[in-house]
Amino acid sequence: MYISHVSLTDFRSYAQADVELGPGTNVLVGPNGVGKTNIVEAIGYLATLSSHRVTNDAPLLRFGTDRALVRARVQRAKLVTSLEVEITAGKANRARINRANPVRARDILGIVRTVLFAPEDLALVKGDPSNRRRFLDDLLVILRPGEAATRGDYERVLKQRNALLKSARNGGKLSTAHESTLDVWDTHLARAGARVLRGRLEVLRLLSPYLGAAYASLADANKEAHAYYQATISPDFESEAAENKALDTEEVSRIAPAALLHAGTAEIEDMFLEALLNTREKELERGITLVGPHRDDVLLTLGTAPAKGYASHGETWSLALALRLAAYKVMGEDDPRPGAGPILILDDVFAELDATRRTRLATIVAGADQVIVTAAVASDVPAELGGTFLKVSPGAVKS
Amino acid sequence: MYEGAVQELIDELGRLPGIGPKSAQRIAFHILEADPQDMVRLAQAISVVKERVKYCTICFNVSESETCTLCRDERRSDEIICVVEESKDVVAIERSRAFSGRYHVLGGAINPINGIGPEQLHVRELIARLGDERITEIILATDPNLEGEATATYLVRTLRPLGIKISRLASGLPVGGDLEYADEVTLARAIEGRRNTAPSAPAAPLVRTPLPATEPTSSS
Repeated sequence: MYISHVSLTDFRSYAQADVELGPGTNVLVGPNGVGKTNIVEAIGYLATLSSHRVTNDAPLLRFGTDRALVRARVQRAKLVTSLEVEITAGKANRARINRANPVRARDILGIVRTVLFAPEDLALVKGDPSNRRRFLDDLLVILRPGEAATRGDYERVLKQRNALLKSARNGGKLSTAHESTLDVWDTHLARAGARVLRGRLEVLRLLSPYLGAAYASLADANKEAHAYYQATISPDFESEAAENKALDTEEVSRIAPAALLHAGTAEIEDMFLEALLNTREKELERGITLVGPHRDDVLLTLGTAPAKGYASHGETWSLALALRLAAYKVMGEDDPRPGAGPILILDDVFAELDATRRTRLATIVAGADQVIVTAAVASDVPAELGGTFLKVSPGAVKS
Repeated sequence: MYEGAVQELIDELGRLPGIGPKSAQRIAFHILEADPQDMVRLAQAISVVKERVKYCTICFNVSESETCTLCRDERRSDEIICVVEESKDVVAIERSRAFSGRYHVLGGAINPINGIGPEQLHVRELIARLGDERITEIILATDPNLEGEATATYLVRTLRPLGIKISRLASGLPVGGDLEYADEVTLARAIEGRRNTAPSAPAAPLVRTPLPATEPTSSS
């Protein structure tokens, strides 16, 4: 798919901007701070209804306004769809498809699919586990929109269960009433958690082959990239297991036990219940739920060492890019119809890479239906990418 | 801030559920300007309700006497007890006229965040009632949200050893609605809980029409 036209009203720095884009590569060039990223952020917003830079919508509105409008024309094979999202401060966003009556904003999810690479992606490798969990969860929702509710259900059970643990702790001792209600919350937590886990394991299984290949094609292939799911409910789980250790096969099978990888939801639920039972004493002491998908992590490795803490800056970047590229491949495989391929957005990515990696990345992404690149300096963008250059100056975009 | 009595009234009204400071102010001025007789009647209604209305000693539904009219009604079946969270749920089920057994009002649902556990609900009294040998079935009609489901799970665990049949209200599509307007969770539940329509299917249970599902537990 590709976006042929984007129009922004009161979005970030723009009072009004219209950008014409074409299939293939489009490069937005302009000095720092003129609003290149704002344009790709708006496109990303149409795909995910969230920004890749901030967690709430308020900063997306032009300062002093209370309503922003993002319009776009999407071309998918022969089908043209026009989208419009109204972002309102403190109110539910509204969307229109083909100028029809407004619908709930989430009804437009799935019409535009994007994979966005940004400097923030370094956190996928270096940041806390929540970044990696979110990466898997977001991809799952793109692939299976029906799972959007799963994560929320889990969070709600978790809150209730934590409240109960806390009150049991404050009460000084565990009454039988506490104990029997805790059993109830355990079953609900395990049921909701098993679905979250099954979804994440499934996504990781789909990603894995592409991750290795993408890393090998980006960086020098002497180190292999792998991703392992570290489940806190797994019987052998130890939080320090992966640190400061070379990872031989035995170590890896302990971190990511095969039993979990191939388990169905019902089996995971049983494992979950057992883990809760085993940690109950500790949980009552701490007053918080200690095992479950909310404490899990994905262990990324290069060769035999964990990437976090051991990889160089360049390796970290390549691995983060490889994760995004793998996501792109998985999405392409999920919907292989011609013209359905996701839009690739490379926000300020080339400046961080050396010449070899730039060329390699350019070769890899050149086949996408549409690539939108932002760069401060035109010469950072490798010639292999080709495409149209658009000059961005404060408040205007010209070809 | 207003002077004396007006501000006091606004503060009192603001403590009511669903009424914010602006609404409290509007209602207070409505009371000030309204016909004095009407307002005296309102004040009386409030004090009378606090004096006269209590909870039924059997089922904990609101009642003006020791036991409520539903518990005293001899035409109702003693074999089935329908367990609900609040008195207003009794009214909702009664409107359906699909149920003619007895009720038990728990007084809420298990909700640790608000400090409500089974001991704050009328669970002990429910177990005591089940000593009656005439009772053959319990219908769990708690809300189809997280807290209601947890309460139902708790009751199933607690009551199962008694060997009485326990059923749970069906969740699914609202009657008279369009399939396309149902949200994903409700639709998934409806598919999970689908019924066999082959001739060998068991006769319709006492609760014939599933209650329209309230807004389910999820949204993204």
